[in-house]
Amino acid sequence: MLEIQNLSVTVEDREILHGVDLTVGDGETHVLFGPNGAGKSTLLMTIMGFPKYRVTGGRIVLDGQDITSLPVDERARLGIGMSFQRPPVVRGVKTREMMEACLKEKGDGETVTNLAAKADLSDFLDRDINYGFSGGEIKRSELMQLMAQRPHLVLLDEPESGVDLVNIALIGQLMNDLLQKDCPMRQRRCMGLIITHTGHILNYVNARTGYVMIDGRIGCGADPHEILATVKEKGYEECVRCLLRNTPEGKVC
Amino acid sequence: MSESEKKKAQAAANKPAVFGEDIDLNKYVGAAELPPYQPDPSRLPARVKEDMLQSGVILDDSSQRSGTYIQMDNAPIHSSIRQEGIEVMPVSQAREKFDWFADYWWRAVAVDTDKYTAGVEIGQHDGYFIRALPGHKTELPVQACLYLSKARLAQKVHNIIIAEEGSELHIITGCTTALHEDPGIHMGVSEFYIKKNAKVTFTMIHSWSPEIAVRPRTGVIIEDNGVFLSNYVLMKPVHSLQMNPSAKCVGENATVRFNSVLIALPGSNLDVGSRVLLDAPKSRTEIVSRAITTGGNITARGYIEGNAPEVKGHLECRGLIMEGNGIIYAIPELKGTLAGIDLSHEAAVGKIAEEEVEYLMARGLTRQEAAATIVRGFLHVDIAGLPPMLGEQLKHAIDTSEKDVM
Repeated sequence: MLEIQNLSVTVEDREILHGVDLTVGDGETHVLFGPNGAGKSTLLMTIMGFPKYRVTGGRIVLDGQDITSLPVDERARLGIGMSFQRPPVVRGVKTREMMEACLKEKGDGETVTNLAAKADLSDFLDRDINYGFSGGEIKRSELMQLMAQRPHLVLLDEPESGVDLVNIALIGQLMNDLLQKDCPMRQRRCMGLIITHTGHILNYVNARTGYVMIDGRIGCGADPHEILATVKEKGYEECVRCLLRNTPEGKVC
Repeated sequence: MSESEKKKAQAAANKPAVFGEDIDLNKYVGAAELPPYQPDPSRLPARVKEDMLQSGVILDDSSQRSGTYIQMDNAPIHSSIRQEGIEVMPVSQAREKFDWFADYWWRAVAVDTDKYTAGVEIGQHDGYFIRALPGHKTELPVQACLYLSKARLAQKVHNIIIAEEGSELHIITGCTTALHEDPGIHMGVSEFYIKKNAKVTFTMIHSWSPEIAVRPRTGVIIEDNGVFLSNYVLMKPVHSLQMNPSAKCVGENATVRFNSVLIALPGSNLDVGSRVLLDAPKSRTEIVSRAITTGGNITARGYIEGNAPEVKGHLECRGLIMEGNGIIYAIPELKGTLAGIDLSHEAAVGKIAEEEVEYLMARGLTRQEAAATIVRGFLHVDIAGLPPMLGEQLKHAIDTSEKDVM
């Protein structure tokens, strides 16, 4: 279980998240909506542990362990994995090498070749990571690496952005594989937290709960399809009004 | 050698090089006791063999090479061949043997380039002659080692490499030293002649020491459809290295590629470039340089000149500053003299990107593993056309140097 408790985060001395609370149970997938600049990526980057995102209050607990001050690599080894919205190009480091490093941690018999075939990236293994990849190829590569890593908590930052309609089905398939959607809920352990702007991915992946994040605060825990429908109809202004009604100060930062 | 070359050399005896520190050659001696010839190089002392192995020269298993040349200080101590159609011998022997030899002597490098070329002409200590006869291809690499063991010696060698029409030569050269605290200087002239439809891959691994100065002078002439691939790796500290090999494409469709991997440890001063003149239609080149400093100074040069229709050249120079006060100065230069040519360059100097380190850490690598992976990737240059064995040798040399860097 992932528990985010009253989490406040600053980036370059500016507070971005203001007392965020969120709980994701084992086997559950939650979705985060929100306008640009709301703090969604900041939340994911903070859960992953990037030092630029400084926790000034609250804590992050994974399976009962407080991980708030653990470095990125230790969190990865504890089972947190992230698909980046815009991952860096790493020149000279081959995708295959990265996959082998991810698999080494797990050693569950899966092979680089099999995973590359699943992600339709067999021809990309000997290319530098993300170098010259299209938007869809980057997303598939990120998911392929996560499938090698097999994290217990999967953080997906806009997995469908830049992906064409043909490829989005494959992205959905990879996400379902990663999130163990073919297992009954009782046996499923993998948790997911997904940021989506368009909501397209909801056509392919079942998510239990959705939230809207506005100006570094979370509100509206509800069925993600309902949230999406509201946002499509009324925009995020309605969510701002809702948050105004529910924040103790009566204002959104 | 002709009288006119001698005169030119004497006139240039004090001429400083265009680039690099001006070395006072009077600090060095020109002669040393001649080492004995060694018919079986596997019987050389273990320490010498180990030094040479560090530079990719294998003496215990001659079956891995098509031919071997070893020079210690100022004399050849071994030369042998294992394949028909390939010739390996001291250059002094080749001069006696071939009446056409003068056609290849100071034709790719000017004798009066600077005091180092002049010094080689005036006080030459032999060198290697490697030739592939028309249509012959080396099944295994030919290896050559220039070894410096006498303190304060100026080693002056002149090498000639000829790939006759339709031939293929793969050469690995290791230059190394037994000296660890004493000074010495290596001055080496190498002239390459790549005839029509011939190919030469030349992999040079330098492994010097902190008191050694090194001044190689290389010229390459490539005819129609000829290919020259040069891979240079400097892995150990060196007091002062300056080289700027120059290749001239004189035949249509000639191809040149220079790859260099340079590591400047504290106390090293490197001025290393590559220069290509695309003088024939459709000739092309790629110059790729990777430089890492952990405290030494590197000037990384690249120069491409396009002088014929439909030529194409690209220059890529990337530098990584690991720590300390090291300096990397990248100087890419392009010159085009007519329309319709295609020349480009990219250069970047910086430290390891934190964003990349953290990205790899998010996959479970420790900070140190992530940095090592990035450095290893930075150093490994994709080299098309390199035989697998040489590729392995190069990889081994780079992996060894990676440990020094990290």
